[in-house]
Formats: sequence, C-alpha cells, structure tokens
Amino acid sequence: MRRNVLPGLRLSLGVTLFYVGLIVVLPLAALVFKAASLGPADYWAIVSSPRAVATYRVTVLCALAATVFNLFFGLALAWVLTRYRFPGWRFVDALVDLPFALPTAVAGIALTALFSANGWFGAALAPLGIKVAYTPLGIMIAMIFTSLPFIVRTVQPVLEDLDPALEEAAQSLGGSDWTIFRKVILPLLKPALLAGLSLSFARSLGEFGAIIFIAGNKPFETEITALLIFIRLEEYDYQAAAAIASVLLITAFSMLALTNFMQARALRYTARG
Amino acid sequence: MKIRLENVVKTFDTFRAVHGVSLDIGSGELVALLGPSGSGKTTILRMVAGLEYSDGGHIYFGDQDATDIPVRDRGVGFVFQHYALFPHMTIGENIAFGMKVSKLKRSTEEIEARVKDLLRLVKLDGLQDRFPAQISGGQRQRVALARALAVDPKVLLLDEPFGALDANVRRDLRRWLREIHAELGITTLFVTHDQEEALDLADRVVILNGGQIVQEGTPEQVCRQPNSAFVMRFLGDTNSLKTTVANGKAQLPAGEIDAPGCPDGPAEVFVRPGDLDWASDGAGIPADVHQVLDRPGNRRILAATVQGDTLEFDVAPETVVKAGDRGMVRIIRAKVFAAG
Amino acid sequence: MHATRSKKPPRVGDAPAIRRTLIAITLLLGALLILAPLLVIAVQAFSEGWKVFAAAIAHPDTLSAILLTVVTALIAVPINTAFGVAAAWSITKFDFPLRRLLLVVTEIPFSISPIVAGVAYLFVYGLQGLFGPLLDAYGIKILFALPGIVLASMFVTAPFVARELIPLMQAQGRDLEEAATSLGASGWRTFLSVTLPNIRWAMLYGIILCNARVMGEFGAVSVVSGNIRGQTNTLPLHIELLYHDYQTTGAFAAAFILTLLAVVTIIAKVALERRGAGRRRRAPIVTPAPEVAK
Repeated sequence: MRRNVLPGLRLSLGVTLFYVGLIVVLPLAALVFKAASLGPADYWAIVSSPRAVATYRVTVLCALAATVFNLFFGLALAWVLTRYRFPGWRFVDALVDLPFALPTAVAGIALTALFSANGWFGAALAPLGIKVAYTPLGIMIAMIFTSLPFIVRTVQPVLEDLDPALEEAAQSLGGSDWTIFRKVILPLLKPALLAGLSLSFARSLGEFGAIIFIAGNKPFETEITALLIFIRLEEYDYQAAAAIASVLLITAFSMLALTNFMQARALRYTARG
Repeated sequence: MKIRLENVVKTFDTFRAVHGVSLDIGSGELVALLGPSGSGKTTILRMVAGLEYSDGGHIYFGDQDATDIPVRDRGVGFVFQHYALFPHMTIGENIAFGMKVSKLKRSTEEIEARVKDLLRLVKLDGLQDRFPAQISGGQRQRVALARALAVDPKVLLLDEPFGALDANVRRDLRRWLREIHAELGITTLFVTHDQEEALDLADRVVILNGGQIVQEGTPEQVCRQPNSAFVMRFLGDTNSLKTTVANGKAQLPAGEIDAPGCPDGPAEVFVRPGDLDWASDGAGIPADVHQVLDRPGNRRILAATVQGDTLEFDVAPETVVKAGDRGMVRIIRAKVFAAG
Repeated sequence: MHATRSKKPPRVGDAPAIRRTLIAITLLLGALLILAPLLVIAVQAFSEGWKVFAAAIAHPDTLSAILLTVVTALIAVPINTAFGVAAAWSITKFDFPLRRLLLVVTEIPFSISPIVAGVAYLFVYGLQGLFGPLLDAYGIKILFALPGIVLASMFVTAPFVARELIPLMQAQGRDLEEAATSLGASGWRTFLSVTLPNIRWAMLYGIILCNARVMGEFGAVSVVSGNIRGQTNTLPLHIELLYHDYQTTGAFAAAFILTLLAVVTIIAKVALERRGAGRRRRAPIVTPAPEVAK
C-alpha cells in the first residue's frame, strides 16, 4: 500500500474493519454457517414447507402492494412538497419523517387501535364490509406506514435540484404539462425513484414490529416470514429459524445487488460531470 | 533554499503520472511549472510539498534528502488551488493556525503581532475578524498566501494560484506576487496552465507534457527557442504548414526556409501570426482572404493558401483588405520541426 | 427576483385544478396515515385520565424499561458515533483497495430485517452458536442481557452516523486536512480543529437518528433480550408485553413516551437541516465518485 500523506489510516481503518467485522459480518456469517450446516435436503424441506411458502406469499404480495401505493403517494407527496407552497407545508414536510422516527412497536399498536373493529377507521369501514385489522390489508397498511418516507426522501432532493430550464425548454417546444412530466421530469427522477422503491420494498419485506400487532398472525393467512422465524425460535427450532432467516438474508442481498445494478444503469446519463 | 528533483517518478492507477523528472531550482528563484491538464505539473508540486510521495527518485531541499520527510515537518508553504481556507475560522485564525500548532511555541502576543504584519504584507489590514466566506476571491487568495507564509517556510508552493479568479484580479495579483517574492526572496514554485501567467511572472519556466519536462529556460529562451512543436503550439497562437525537409531546408512554395537540426523527411513549418506579412502583390505565398476580424490594436486576417493550408495573421488597422481578396503572404520568421 | 414582478409564468403542474387536487389528496392521505396514528396514541394514553397515565409510567417495570433503554442508548450511540467517524475518515481521506466494498458492507444493516439480525446474534453468542458454549463456560452472559441488547442495537444502527458523514466529507475533499498538515498540525489536531468543526452538525444529525432507532428498536432486540420483565425489557418490548396483557392504557402510556422521543427527534432534525445537515443529499449513494483528478 502507498504511503499516505494524511495521518490516521491505520487507526481509522482498523476501528472500521473491527467494528464492521464484529458487529455486521460475524453474525451474518454465523447465520449462514448455521443454515449451511443443515444439508441441502433438510434445508430445502424447511424453506419450502407449505407454511413457510405461505409466509413468503403474504409478505411479498403485501410488500409489493404497499410499495406500489407508496410509489404514487410518495411521488405525489414529494411533488407537492417541492412544487407547491401552502399553509403548513413545513409541518407536512416534517411529518413525513415520523414513520422513521416512530418506533415500530408504537406504530403497530397505533395502527391496530385505528383499524380494529371499534377503532376510528375500523368502525367507519366495517359497515362497508372492509376489514383491515387482522387481514392482509392490515399488513399492507403497516408496510405503507413504515416505508412511506423512503420514496419521498429520495425523490424530493432530485426534484428540488431539477433545472427549471429543462421544463422551460420543453414548454418552449410546445409540450403539454402531462407530456413534459412523462417525457422530461419522470425520466430524470427514475434513478431516485428506483432507489426509493427498492429501499421501500426491502423495508417492507423485513418489517416486523409494526406488522405483528395488526396482522392477526394466522398461519397460512396473515403470517409474515419474519414472524415465522420468531415462532421457530420460540419453539427452540433453531435450525428452521436459521434456514428461513437465510431466505430473508439472501433476498435482501439480491435486492441490494439489483438496486446497485439498476442505479448504475439509470445513472449512466446523469453521471456526475 | 535550493531544491533538486532527481529522476522523480509517480504512477497512478488511472491518471496523472510523472515519468522521471529531474529539475534544479536555485535559491530564491521563482519558477513556473507550465503544462496542459494531465501533464503532471500539480503532482510534481505536491511531491515537492510532501502531499504525495514519489514512487521513485529523490527530492532534495538544499543538501538534505527530503523525499521521505512528511509534509508536516517539511517546512513548505503550500497555497491550494481553491485556497482551502478553514471556513469556520476567521482570517486571523486561519493565518495564526500554523503558528499555533507549531512545535515551536510562540506567545499569543507574538502570534497576534505576526498576524498583523502578514495582513499588512498582503494588504488586508483590518479584515482579520472576517470569515473566508465574507471576502472576495482575490482576498481569499491573499489570505491563503499569508497563512502559508506565517510558518516561515523554506519554500513557497502555489497550485494554480490565480486559476479561480477573473482576468483583472489575476493581473493585479500577478504583479503583487512578484513584489512579494522580490521582498521576501523565498524560493517559489508555482503551477499554471496559463502560458501568459508563467511568462509574466517566472524567472524560469518549466514546460511539461505527459509527465515529462519538455523544455525549461527563461521566458526569453522558451519563447525564442522553442525546442519542439508542442512548445511552439503551447506557448501561443501559431500557423502550421506541411512541408518536407531536405538537406536542412524546408521546401515551401515561396522558397526555402532554414531548418537547422531537423532531419530530412516530412515536417511542419510554424509561424506566429505576427511573423507573417501581407501584401497585395509581390513575393510570397499566394492566399485568399476568407474573413477579416477587427480588433482594438490590429486586424486579424483568416486566409487560405492555394495549397489549402489556413493561415491567421495580423495586419495594421489601416490596411485595406476584405474577404475575397487575393494577396501574397511572406514569412518573416519561422520554426521547422519534424512531423510526428 | 423583484417583488414587483412576482408573477411568473406557470411551471409544469401549476394549473390551479391540478395543484388543488394534488394538495388535497396528499394532505388527506397524510392526515389519515401519519397524523391519525400520532393522535390515537395520545388519545389512548390519556383515555382514563392523567392519573392512570402517571401511574402506568410510574410502574416499576415501566421505569426499569425506560432505564434499560436509556442505558442501551448511552452505550450504543457513542460507540456507533466513534465507528461512524472512523469509517468516514478512512473511506473519504484515503484511497485503498476495496473501499467501495467496505462502504457497501457498512450499509448492509439497512437492508436486513431486524429479526434476521437478532437471529444472527443468537448464532454467535447463543448456546447453540459459535461462542456460546465458550462464554457459558466462563459464565459470561451476552444474550438475554444488556450486552446482547447493545450489540443488536449497534447492528441495526451501524450505518447511521457514517452515512451522514461520508457524503459530506467526500464533498469537502481533502484540501483542508492537507492544508492543516502542511502547516504542521498533527493528525488529532487536524481532526479536532479542522475536520470536526465542519462536520459537527451532520454528525449530530446522525447521532440523533441513531439514538431514535436504538431507543425504538423492536425486532432485533426482541430476539436477543429474552423479554425478562423488569430486567431485559426495553421500552418497545415493554409496550408489546403490556399490550398482550390487555393493559392497553399502560401500553399506550409507554408508547406515548416513545412518541415524544420521535417528535423531539423530528424537531431536532428539522433544526439541524436548517444548518445544512442531512437533506440535500441525493438518493443514497452507495458508491462514492472516484477522487476527481486535479
């Protein structure tokens, strides 16, 4: 390694590697090691058991639905917060961070209180025949809540920095608002949107605290994967817990890789110059 | 303090490399490292400062081998391209910083007095309580210099000292830096990509390209005896005409030109715009005027020879000439370098 | 822009109908999805009056949960901050091989379910884990005790301070530190008097977010804590316990405290953003741009 001019590489890199190694890499390696010690047949049996597969389906479908909802709502929020000034916009802007700042358990009991049969929203929805609490809809709501800020906060700065001249150029060429939005603005937001989407989706896949209160947790119906891991632990079935946890881990890593790849692709024309 | 670079080498993974540069800088000399971007000039400056370590070769300060001395102990004053003033410190605190962190302990009064002296030297008296963001670019540049001088450096190093300033401020600061150098007599090395700046300011100019020294000498030497097509082009506007050299003579339609030291074969003749003469008839190379650009001091003519070479040259303001005219171009002075 | 010429040509989406519709939709959804949960906590916490609320807070188990949560934060946050500063310094001030990989690894905890994190710690320090038997032989208790809670909290918040500092220090470059060093300052001196003053707001920003997450972490901690009432129950775990015991008011009273923490966090965040911390940051940049050639 080259000699360095600024001091402190050995100390700072040493601390960093030690911390990352001990806190992040070691536990994940231990988990992989444990899951790998199962052997392919046993591992497959556990991760493909009907109950586990049911949790994947519930988790992925709800996360997808929540992410799609947040795509539209998050984009609208980001747009409204950057483009329009109305009384109280600062308050709304600050409020967007609440789902990040509010502990998930608190969010969980609050949403359950709202949507249970005798809650503010639950009571209003009941006559319409809509049940949210203890159904997949509840899982979705919890995921929407916890992952909402991701899209807003990734899109907002890009929208703020958008060069007005681009829009003006498009207007001078005779484009309608909708065309300009679709053909000029949206493509420029794409990298940020992709980043926000994948963060939001990853968060929904892994969310636990906010969901378990509202989900009802009925096997095959409203049981999410994270909860099944927890249940296996409580049954002292550590092997199964490791195996199912490894599925979530692999999913998270794939998401991370995919995001990096997509961002690199999407950023190719917004490369820093 | 004399500085000597001996076959200094620096390789990077991706960019700016220095391939075996040797250079002697005399005590008290003001030397410019001049070259296009990527020529390795900043890397050389940073190696002299100790902000980069060379991969090979030696750097001597006087008789001492300074190659391995870390920048903190090397005793150089470095002025950064974008000044690198500490934004959270006042001008006074910026200038005092080096004295405060020095191993050599100074009293507070001593430091304050020195800060005052330096502010006077750089003509910024009274600005010591401002923050860098509150002063102009030219003033920041002077603060950066004062800060570098505060630690009594053996060598002053400046990276593109006027690069970020507009033309008028540059000219003023250039004169002023010359005065300061004359007053303090400190060995000074600066990097620039602006040939005018280098020629105006330096005792000696070192021209770099591709990580190597192409030519070094006084401004007069490099201007009058450029040793390559690169130096010829880099130092100013020039016309070039394709030709062949035979027996030390370059062959042109208008006759032969001496090409001392130029091997036989394809070559290029270089002529500065001021070294071409225009007449409506007589001897010379026939050329058609394409465009006339009027400038405060002269008229610049863009013309093409019958062979298809384009020429640019200046004529006196009262010359009557317009696009479409045909006339004769005479070469007063030229340099010939082998093509390649 | 002069006030007298405030009328600007409309930008895209400035048509009144669009504007009003979008604002109305987002405000309505925002109120239903974000504001309502906030209100319902307050309403539920005080549904039986101040006295019941106060009694719920003053319950020894609740107090011990608060204490444990605070102690956890007091240990985890400073260590995490030190790590964040070290990581940012090494990654932004030097070029070394695999720098980008290190950055990606640092950010991993963001994409991993807290439950997975908790389980992973079981397999390091638990009886069926790597070091469990060894630790047990020496009578060292990590899981189902404070150290386990702290470790799990440090996992989930590992990137918090680093991710605030890295983009900022990357953008600031190395000039200031090089200048300080060339003036003769030592490494610590350079860090304390040149680097730190320029990153302090971003650092505080990271610390505040890190603290909020440590105090609110549920999933990872619920795996490693063992939920021993009055001993290893942090405040979020205590909420769950009360809730499942049908002590709804107690649960919401505890939740109200954490909600206050969230509100304070947001206010501090907004205040720091006015000082230029956080925000203005583009989409999470996993890969810093290579050093720009001079």
